[in-house]
Amino acid sequence: MENRPLEYDYTVAKWFMLTTVVLGIVGMLVGVILAWQMAFPAVNLMAGEGLAEYTNFSRLRPLHTDSVIFGFTLSGIWATWYYVGQRVLKVSMAESKFLMVLAKLHFFIYLLVVVAVVGSLLLGISTGKEYADFEWPIDIAVVVVWVIWGMSIFGLIGIRREKSLYISIWYYIATFLGIAMLYLFNNMEIPTYFASGGIGAWYHSVSMYSGTNDALVQWWYGHNAVAFGFTVPIVAMIYYFLPKESGQAVYSYKLSLLAFWGLMFVYLWAGGHHLIYSTVPDWMQTMGSVFSVVLILPSWGSAINMLLTMKGEWQQVASSPLIKFMILASTFYMFSTLEGPIQAIKSVNALAHFTDWIVGHVHDGVLGWVAFMIMAALFHMAPRVYKREIYSKSLMNTQFWIQTLGVVLYFTSMWIAGITQGMMWRAHDEFGNLAYSFIDTVTVLHPYYTIRAVGGTLYLVGMFLFAYNMYKTMTSSRRVEESELQNASPMGA
Amino acid sequence: MFHWLEKHPFFFAVAVFLTIAFAGLIEILPNFAQASQPTVGTKPYTTLELAGRHVYIKNNCMGCHSQLIRPFKSETDRYGHYSLSGEYAYDRPFLWGSKRTGPDLMRVGNYRTTDWHENHMKDPAAVVPGSIMPAYRWMFKNAADIDTAYAEQVTVNKVFNTPYNAEIPMADGTKATVPLAATLDEAKAAALEEAKVIAADMKDQDVKDAVAAGQVPEIVAMIAYLNSLK
Repeated sequence: MENRPLEYDYTVAKWFMLTTVVLGIVGMLVGVILAWQMAFPAVNLMAGEGLAEYTNFSRLRPLHTDSVIFGFTLSGIWATWYYVGQRVLKVSMAESKFLMVLAKLHFFIYLLVVVAVVGSLLLGISTGKEYADFEWPIDIAVVVVWVIWGMSIFGLIGIRREKSLYISIWYYIATFLGIAMLYLFNNMEIPTYFASGGIGAWYHSVSMYSGTNDALVQWWYGHNAVAFGFTVPIVAMIYYFLPKESGQAVYSYKLSLLAFWGLMFVYLWAGGHHLIYSTVPDWMQTMGSVFSVVLILPSWGSAINMLLTMKGEWQQVASSPLIKFMILASTFYMFSTLEGPIQAIKSVNALAHFTDWIVGHVHDGVLGWVAFMIMAALFHMAPRVYKREIYSKSLMNTQFWIQTLGVVLYFTSMWIAGITQGMMWRAHDEFGNLAYSFIDTVTVLHPYYTIRAVGGTLYLVGMFLFAYNMYKTMTSSRRVEESELQNASPMGA
Repeated sequence: MFHWLEKHPFFFAVAVFLTIAFAGLIEILPNFAQASQPTVGTKPYTTLELAGRHVYIKNNCMGCHSQLIRPFKSETDRYGHYSLSGEYAYDRPFLWGSKRTGPDLMRVGNYRTTDWHENHMKDPAAVVPGSIMPAYRWMFKNAADIDTAYAEQVTVNKVFNTPYNAEIPMADGTKATVPLAATLDEAKAAALEEAKVIAADMKDQDVKDAVAAGQVPEIVAMIAYLNSLK
């Protein structure tokens, strides 16, 4: 008994893997529809005049952002947590009935929230804040899900055998704490039905903050939801999966320390860069700008640590499609965390703000870094949780190249679109009058919107290949035991 | 120290929390009270305007339109005076947006009219050739939610002291008052009166008939809101 290796329980990890794939496809499909709508507005009427209210760009847009952030990415974070957590803490979920029940509850309440979100967004029930669109009943459910996850994290840590917390665990803890703080404060709202003594819609609420304060709190949240949803937990993943898959030890412990604490300290300050030249005080704008540039250090610290982990083993990038995904992800992470600070410089921001360049930046981060890393994590986990070989390596390779091409088309076209539009908005003629009317700056973007839609479609095709490959792996691939898999880890089981 | 923290999850979590909470405290708190002061001439929304604002949010107009004029010549030339913090004092939530697929709307009430909006919402490309904005024809059929707008007025008046039924100083030295109805029925009646003024400038017969029959279509509330943006 004592000498048997631990049997980890992946039940909940498997469920979240499933929602990662499904919600990823949903979110990206909606995104692709939006992209085609911007290139060809007739697509707004794709389901006819009668349903136009539910298929037009503006109603669908929050569904895209929220299903990618809170559907695909969160599912990916939790799928990996219920896998990585057990392994680095050297304790199985099966050892605690309580934690098992908690984890299942976590999943099912999350599913209910997903259904409520999709329904309410389609109906236009929204608080009006980006990525914080949910009305108060859903907010409460989100908090419940989050608290359960927190109990699960600290519960598992409480019964751990490995006393020292591995780097990934630091990042998962930070994700939990960061989002908890941000979400709570940004969604402070008063239900009008109760405050007014029972008038109007029961689900409606009004923000506790107004105007400039609301903007400040919202972008402190909005920017750092990116930090603690799209950066911190994804770094947690790469710190576990890259060393595991490559069989290489993390290059530098000190660098990971510097990057972690640096990121924790610096990231929160940078939210102000969303409000440059707005009505928030100048010193906050400058702080946001300066700290965004400083943010390059901890971001690149992690990314370089990952790339140097591959030192002497670069041939794996050519031979293993999984390593390819992760190396491209950390490369995009470097790229995106350089691009962001550039956009946060005041004079650049004056040009870039409100344009498609920002949209391009978000997508090279999310498609290139977040989604690639999550898919790599799932590819690594699949043979170990389903005990079957990955169905097709060549399909993985095909997916990799199709999606890489998709991302490149996406951000290059959005760069050009954004800079073109920014330059045209500010252009004056020889008499000092505006050189272009607004509509000129819209029609000129048509070719770039079309290229972007093609790029997005390619990425979506890759998602379908991913889903197919995962499905075949689950159902009909060759059985394999973990001990047969290559690359025994430097960290043991 | 770091090695020790890594073996003590509770203190580790506390350390992380303090590190991340620090920036928020310093950036957000000091300015909080000052930023919520209204500028002279800024009034809270009427029931109909607020119902229109809800239609604006329901259809996520801020996904493509900003309400924030930056202090650049190119922006003040195009949209009017740059935005001032106090002009947003009664905006819950703020609607600055983050992307200008279409033009800024902060002062759209200064240069667009009711019939322009009516035609534009029905078929944007017919009014602005080349426009990629979708049509919002369902706004002509759906009824605006006056009840919820009134509930919100009551709430902000009660909780945040938003000055309804109070004299508000205007830029020209006069005083203005935005009434808050005592009951829901009074609020509905007042909103309908406002709606009749808007509908009088509109051509759509269905909308005119609806308002005559005592209903308020979403488009009427929406236009009331857009006209109030100055």
